Amino acid sequence: MPEQDSTPVPPAASPETTSQETAGVPSSSGPRVSRRGLLTTASLVGAGAIGAAASYAVTRPSGADAQPAATAVVPFHGEHQAGIVTPVQDRLHIAAFDVTATSRDDVIGLLKDWTSAAEAMAAGREAGEGGAVGGDYEAPPSDTGEAMGLSASNLTITFGFGRSFFVTDDGAPRFGLSGRLPEALIELPHFPGDQLEPQRTGGDLVIQACADDPQVAVHAIRNLSRIAFGRARLRWSQLGFGRTSSTSTSQQTPRNLFGFKDGTANLKAEEPDQLSEHVWVAPGGKPGEQWMAGGSYLVARRIRMHIEVWDRTSLGEQEAVIGRTKSTGAPLSGGQEFTEPNFEAKGRGDAPLIAMDSHVRLAHAATNKGVKMLRRGFNFTDGNDSLGRLDAGLFFIAFVRDPRTQFVPMQNRLASSDRLSVEYLKHTGSGLFAVPPGIKPGEYVGQGLFA
Amino acid sequence: MPASPRRAFSSLAALAVVAPLALTACTDNAKPAAGATDGPISVSSTDKECTLSAVTAKSGHLTFDVKNDGQQVTEFYLLAEDGLRIVGEVENIGPGLSRKLVVTAPEGKYLTACKPGMQGEGIRAAFTVEASGTTASVDSDTKALLDTATKQYVSYVKDQTEQLLTGTKAFAAAYASGDAAKARSLYASVRMHWERIEPVAESFGDLDPSLDLREADLEKGQQWTGWHKAEKDLFPPKGYTALTAAERQKLSQKLVADTQTLFERTRTLTLTPDKLGNGAKELLDEVATGKVTGEEEIWSHTDLWDFQANVDGARIAYQNLRPVVALKKPELAKTLDQRFAALQTELDKYKVGDGFKYYIELTPDQVKQLAALVDALGEPLGQLTAAVVL
Repeated sequence: MPEQDSTPVPPAASPETTSQETAGVPSSSGPRVSRRGLLTTASLVGAGAIGAAASYAVTRPSGADAQPAATAVVPFHGEHQAGIVTPVQDRLHIAAFDVTATSRDDVIGLLKDWTSAAEAMAAGREAGEGGAVGGDYEAPPSDTGEAMGLSASNLTITFGFGRSFFVTDDGAPRFGLSGRLPEALIELPHFPGDQLEPQRTGGDLVIQACADDPQVAVHAIRNLSRIAFGRARLRWSQLGFGRTSSTSTSQQTPRNLFGFKDGTANLKAEEPDQLSEHVWVAPGGKPGEQWMAGGSYLVARRIRMHIEVWDRTSLGEQEAVIGRTKSTGAPLSGGQEFTEPNFEAKGRGDAPLIAMDSHVRLAHAATNKGVKMLRRGFNFTDGNDSLGRLDAGLFFIAFVRDPRTQFVPMQNRLASSDRLSVEYLKHTGSGLFAVPPGIKPGEYVGQGLFA
Repeated sequence: MPASPRRAFSSLAALAVVAPLALTACTDNAKPAAGATDGPISVSSTDKECTLSAVTAKSGHLTFDVKNDGQQVTEFYLLAEDGLRIVGEVENIGPGLSRKLVVTAPEGKYLTACKPGMQGEGIRAAFTVEASGTTASVDSDTKALLDTATKQYVSYVKDQTEQLLTGTKAFAAAYASGDAAKARSLYASVRMHWERIEPVAESFGDLDPSLDLREADLEKGQQWTGWHKAEKDLFPPKGYTALTAAERQKLSQKLVADTQTLFERTRTLTLTPDKLGNGAKELLDEVATGKVTGEEEIWSHTDLWDFQANVDGARIAYQNLRPVVALKKPELAKTLDQRFAALQTELDKYKVGDGFKYYIELTPDQVKQLAALVDALGEPLGQLTAAVVL
């Protein structure tokens, strides 16, 4: 720092108060004034404190004593569980559990405890009696406390049951649930290119927590997994940031880690007929499956992206692989983002403008017998692998009425023919869960299953 | 990643669509010409009109921002004064979409043309490039060099498929006759001929899955044939049930028949420079996603043979293109030379006789070092196509 060396700053100029100015530092340095102002304040309050206060004010408008803003609460009760068609939040923490409890009563007890904690947290309250600081001084607090002072942040908590919840590996019923396994809750087949890691796959139960604040989502999963100790054990969990689809027309289409808009053609909350057709399980099914009416099936796939390879790919090829422009998301057949792709449009040499092996063509309802899904995926980055490449991608979540006719055929098609999937993606985790319908106050999640 | 089989789907048809986009969308060496127009020239192509924001520009790199304001698919061309020679073109612009065309144009008279509907002569108008003082680096030799490059690479592909066919026959004979030791000794080295020309071989979408599909990439109910099925049988994992003599016979026959088909198809192969460039890049992607992770040869662990062959194929493509790269982007050529050499030096460390160490004999640090060199090479290699076709 030659400048300081040549400047007669007293050695004891501990906090950089006004010493530089008084020491005759040339006044030509423009930013000095504001910097001094900041430093002065900092020296009064303490730099750490002001930093924290500033970010607090910006990102967390409801202070410690403030009531959660009513606008940031998504109702927990209803015909369907929240977290499906409710507008997608920005953050995800999803977790799958293996049930270690062996009795039906213990499982029901767990679901009841989860329900009441979820009700509280979704409303922006603390989990458990006494919460984080109001309980017995000699006992550990019942809420872990890291969400104190935060708003509900539109937290939604969505519960689901995996196939292994109903039957053991030998096909014997668990928890007296004989005849209750829905036929649609299949064992997902092996898809081409699957490189599933057992520790990221399967699970008896799943909890999807979404919020606008990551701390709120993590807080929810943390408290629920704590409640489960002794009855269920965490099997895998995943953090996600940056939603990669919209479930409402009020939301902009976000971008995935490939930099492309994702979920342009997604089903939206404003399309109730479409939701009935593609997302909600209809009433009037088999007697043992009635409990699923109004529910849905959650498909979870951890999709690792070969980010580095993608980044070496020319823009032209990136667009050809996706079938849309990177800028506006318009299909290559022309128009704007929401213009329907024209798969018939031909370009030079009669080659289709939207390539036969492009993602938009192969994922489109027109290629999939009209089948659609409600997508709710999130970007993820879990550090890097041992080769120094980002372990990043898309945590794909979709809700469907029947995975056998919706997800499975589409995934088979994409995994074998979609250039995007074939060359740039690798599926490392997987799960399929039956998501029961919503509940009324006083009920517990999945009550219909045990009725 | 199940590298090779999954590549199959970059069919020639798809490449044909991609190529023009790649050609025009990459702007890395597009330094907008400071000149008469001082920046990009906007072109609006409607169904009836072709409107340019300027009809003169200064020599050097010119950028045309072409917007399709019409209802039909359109194209835009910059033509030489004779109206025949194409200086630059951008195809397949859907209605409402925009595309960039970057060309290097010396002083002279030109024609511009929008071609709504992609039919006929298009809507033409005069365009003038004035001297800017700097000489544009369009070299009339470039085309000749590119022609030579593609010709050489086509010859290389033909030679490799010929050797592949011969080798496959020998392998299949040994394998079918139950001489497992001989088949094992041939397995990796014969496959190198395949791996060297993978992007071309894979452009025949039907042959690639049939010859090179990995078990992990099978769809439920899909029949498994090809090299990796034999691999599993020759390097069996625990609990594996060996194929019967009849099954081996059948597998061998199909292997030879498919290779024969590949051989025949490559006799009439034509390639364009962008396919060489993209092919080189794809080969490195293969290494990056499949080989360097040890996923390709899951039973034989001969990934380093494939690794070397992919690098060979990429290097040959690059070297054929190198005279053009050296002319247009000497810095890129220098970088690529160095990085190919660095990767090869590292690979050489694992050579054992005519072959290599098995992949499982490498330490994590060694794999990491290889991966780093692959990435280091892959990054500039991604610039190759744009460098040679712009």
